[in-house]
Amino acid sequence: MEFLVASAVGMMTACGIYLILRKRTFPVIVGLAMLTYAVNVFIFASGRLTIGLPPIITHNPEGYTDPLTQALVLTAIVISFGMTAVIVMMALGSFLETGDDNIGMEEDRETPAKPQEGAE
Amino acid sequence: MNHWIIAPVILPALLAPFIVLVMRHDLTLQRIFSTIGTAVLAAISLVLLYTASTNPPEVYFLGNWPAPFGIVLVLDRLSAMMIALTAVLALMVQLYAVGSNWDARGNHFHALFQFQLMGLCGAFLTGDAFNLFVFFEVLLIASYGLMIHGGGAKRLKAGVQYVAYNLVGSTLFLFALATLYAVTGTLNMADMALKVAELPAGDAALLRVGAVLLLLVFAVKAALVPLQFWLPATYSFAPGVVAALFAVMTKVGAYAVIRVFTLIFPPETAATGMLFAYILLVSALITLALGAIGVLGATGMARLVAFAAIGSMGTLFIAVAQFTPLAMTAALYYLLHSTLATAILFLVADLVQDRRGNDSLRIALPPMAQHGLLAALFFGGAIAMAGMPPLSGFVGKLLVLDATRGDAMPLIWTTILVTSLITIIGFSRAGSQVFWKAHATATSQDRPETKPEALAFAMIFALLAALVALTVMAGPVTDWLADTSAELFDRTAYINAVLPTAKE
Repeated sequence: MEFLVASAVGMMTACGIYLILRKRTFPVIVGLAMLTYAVNVFIFASGRLTIGLPPIITHNPEGYTDPLTQALVLTAIVISFGMTAVIVMMALGSFLETGDDNIGMEEDRETPAKPQEGAE
Repeated sequence: MNHWIIAPVILPALLAPFIVLVMRHDLTLQRIFSTIGTAVLAAISLVLLYTASTNPPEVYFLGNWPAPFGIVLVLDRLSAMMIALTAVLALMVQLYAVGSNWDARGNHFHALFQFQLMGLCGAFLTGDAFNLFVFFEVLLIASYGLMIHGGGAKRLKAGVQYVAYNLVGSTLFLFALATLYAVTGTLNMADMALKVAELPAGDAALLRVGAVLLLLVFAVKAALVPLQFWLPATYSFAPGVVAALFAVMTKVGAYAVIRVFTLIFPPETAATGMLFAYILLVSALITLALGAIGVLGATGMARLVAFAAIGSMGTLFIAVAQFTPLAMTAALYYLLHSTLATAILFLVADLVQDRRGNDSLRIALPPMAQHGLLAALFFGGAIAMAGMPPLSGFVGKLLVLDATRGDAMPLIWTTILVTSLITIIGFSRAGSQVFWKAHATATSQDRPETKPEALAFAMIFALLAALVALTVMAGPVTDWLADTSAELFDRTAYINAVLPTAKE
């Protein structure tokens, strides 16, 4: 099970990093979502992996599973969900305003040409 | 238990939804309530500052749960200072926004502003690492809204970049926290400090990984090389008032580094040692050089100030990286100074941009309204930022130079002095392009007459007055800061306050 969880986190992180390095906003957002899934599984695993144990301290000799990481994951899920919604809205606004969904700021390099024309 | 400790978080948290829900159609009401709220916040923060400087660290247990199990807020001298700085700066910036009508150029400026203050105050107060993450997200989500306030294609595009960059940062923060939790089994900072000190040697590698990840996250916030790429575009495309408030946002990164790496991973920790001091010093030197070169090569005034802000973070972190009480005092003084100086310059750049139509440094345009006054304000801000006498930048840099006499002294002194010269050249180039060459292109009739926005100008003068006060009162202020850094390096007071049972 450790191998399965670890490779899942690794795969999702790798895909996420590949996608956020893309040029357009849509793959970048999917990549960010992928990264948050990876980190959610990672937080869950940081409380140690156990099967079939209750998340409360009992006299059960087999022990218990860590309840804190489950609470942390819930918080992280809610926050990342909200943040993804924000970036989708902003990307949409930027797409409608500029007409393309390129993530770079190419206009920056064009501006120097204009003042020179004006000066001559 | 002193209930006032939680007031800086509760007050904006209640005020912001109230503004959104009740008075979203009435700008005047929003202005009145929001400004009064910020003024009350500033008053509370000054009272807390007084309390913190007379008492040892005080702890607020949320829901009265005992420390490692519940979330705690801790008021010590450092957090009290940061809250007071934030609240005072926020009040001036907010009055500027009212005076220059920035808050009328989009919706919900004041509500977002209050949420931003809630996040900032929470981040400075919390004594729990995961809670720090939550407050980081609160201040970030408000800053996303403020960043694109007023709209416009370029601003939205820069906003998307800013959000994407910070979402990656947040993910990294979670990875770091989960790693540290897996190693130490706690998220309470004071408890973590105790656990890290007595960690078995086998876990040292994992602890180092977690700590370096955490340092990376804070370096994103503090715009340290190589993670500074978000800052120039964000600050130069954000509205001027928002950029001025963001002057305190980079300081959140600096605060987090100072807090975590003096409390949890001090230099005497066996597993990490001077690792962070080394990483921080190299990165800070490059940051300072990059900031100075950026100032020299910037194409616009707001961009110039953004690079100057990066450079000031470099100077600040050179002092932090020494990890000695003397250098920390210099770092804290420079932190106060650079926040105010950055805010002044962003507000001046905003007024220039408003009057000139653009802030390009490549073209000379005819003089604008209140040309001489703006030139004088820019001159004052530039002197402070570049570190020339008589303003506090000079005192701050002198303190930093004095505190870095060690093995690395030749390198540090050369970098600081040469970059100061480059910054001075960059600022004089910008000033002469915008303010002096304007007279060469002037014809007598094209001088536009705009009535000066009295409140906006008054706030820039107030910020400048704060800088002058910081310079004149440098003696008492540094004495107070010396006690603050002594408290930072003597961790027992903080840990005993949070965990009263740990004494035995």
